[in-house]
Amino acid sequence: MEVTLKVNGRLCSADVEPRKTLLDAIREDLALPGSHAGCEHGVCGACTVLLDGEPVRSCLMFAVQADGYEITTIEGLAPAPGELNVVQDAFCETHGLQCGYCTPGMILTGHALLQRTTEPTREEIVEAISGNICRCTGYGQIVEAIEFAGERLRKANAPRDLKGAGANQPQVDPSAETDAPQEGVLKAAEADTPHGDRP
Amino acid sequence: MKPAPFEYVRPDSVAQACEMLAADEDARIIAGGQTLVPMLAMRLARAAKLIDIYRLPELNGIRVEGDVLVIGATTRQVQVERSALAMQSTPLLSKALPWVGHPPTRNRGTVGGSVANADPSAEIPLVAVTLGAEIEITNPDGVTSMPADDFFIGPMLTSVMPGDCVTAVRFPIWRHARVGTAFHEVSARKSDFAFVAAAAQVALDEDGKCIAAALGIGGVGDRALRLDVAKLVGETAGTARLKDIVAEAAAVLEPSSDLHVSAAYRMRVAVAFGVRALEDAMTDACSAATQSNRGAKQWR
Repeated sequence: MEVTLKVNGRLCSADVEPRKTLLDAIREDLALPGSHAGCEHGVCGACTVLLDGEPVRSCLMFAVQADGYEITTIEGLAPAPGELNVVQDAFCETHGLQCGYCTPGMILTGHALLQRTTEPTREEIVEAISGNICRCTGYGQIVEAIEFAGERLRKANAPRDLKGAGANQPQVDPSAETDAPQEGVLKAAEADTPHGDRP
Repeated sequence: MKPAPFEYVRPDSVAQACEMLAADEDARIIAGGQTLVPMLAMRLARAAKLIDIYRLPELNGIRVEGDVLVIGATTRQVQVERSALAMQSTPLLSKALPWVGHPPTRNRGTVGGSVANADPSAEIPLVAVTLGAEIEITNPDGVTSMPADDFFIGPMLTSVMPGDCVTAVRFPIWRHARVGTAFHEVSARKSDFAFVAAAAQVALDEDGKCIAAALGIGGVGDRALRLDVAKLVGETAGTARLKDIVAEAAAVLEPSSDLHVSAAYRMRVAVAFGVRALEDAMTDACSAATQSNRGAKQWR
């Protein structure tokens, strides 16, 4: 059966058997091996992809069911080749992965959550990734990674903090003698620094 | 973990789907596929033809018809979970939904699919039995419906006949002024299959006396059961002798043992959860009343 899938913004056609899962079609026919085959019966979450922005298990649907959706795989998250998306970067930073097998699913699930809210509670994060099994990290650093990515996303467009003034307060520096405070003008926003100002 | 070959068709209407289903006894309906696909992959189920009804627009949607909340069979579980209409009309269903599978499976899984699958520990069938929902079934002869009590027969076993397709679930809406609900569940890990689940809904009058009560227990026997808690009517919240009433009503349960927990454990937890769910539902009904009073004052 001929099927046309829109994966990471590109339309791709493939001739697949009806019994071929979306996961196998993505890996074999579209040559995108970032979505991992774990249990292949919907338990582990390693094969998670985003369908119209929502995480689903690609092993639990057939490729022939997937036409017409915007499908996002882990390969489609980074803004440019060689770069990382903010969630991917946060996983590196907080050691949110060890063997890496569950990581694509974890990152896509975390990304989908942060698209809905950049300020998820710990409970919301745990609930969001409850369908993704990790056998290495013990989940602590994964939760931390998603919290950290949320923090970076919140700060991404926030005005630079001046003497403790918050994002929604007028940017007035009482000690400044001129209109434009000199100190810190060239300091990049925290979200832009490679390690988020962490040592 | 690869399914055996099958033919895949996507009909344009429910009528066409029913015709296809009736014409081929090895054909099966697929919608969300969150149970059927793993069953096919493990080859516990086989189908010569899969009839995909997932995208039929007439089967998707949540609407109120009089005193009934009608949920189309292919309405995704996540749609109900996030629906303000469902929260207002059938809060018990909304409370049960976060316990259904995991977020990614709720994104694809459907309400009709969960009902048609009839897992004894599934939450949506439990709420359907507790509230006395009607299951709407379409076949080539037309549309019929049957009470949830008659629909569920046993584990993965329903009264659906060959050629029948579940097309909607109709949940009754309680119109009393003070309605409270509660849902409790225990499983090995969050969102795994429930060992025991309890769903309760009560209505109180102005003096805090119970005027209607429903309690359902799932996961214990081979299907979800509604317990007879009619004795609760007339009792006052806080002083009702819940434990005696639930323990007596629980006599109808036929708990089973498995690898995880024993029948005795299931029975004990069923009674404890039944009491807790009714207690919490009564507290919920009391606070619902204070909230609506507060709202009324603001309007004045």
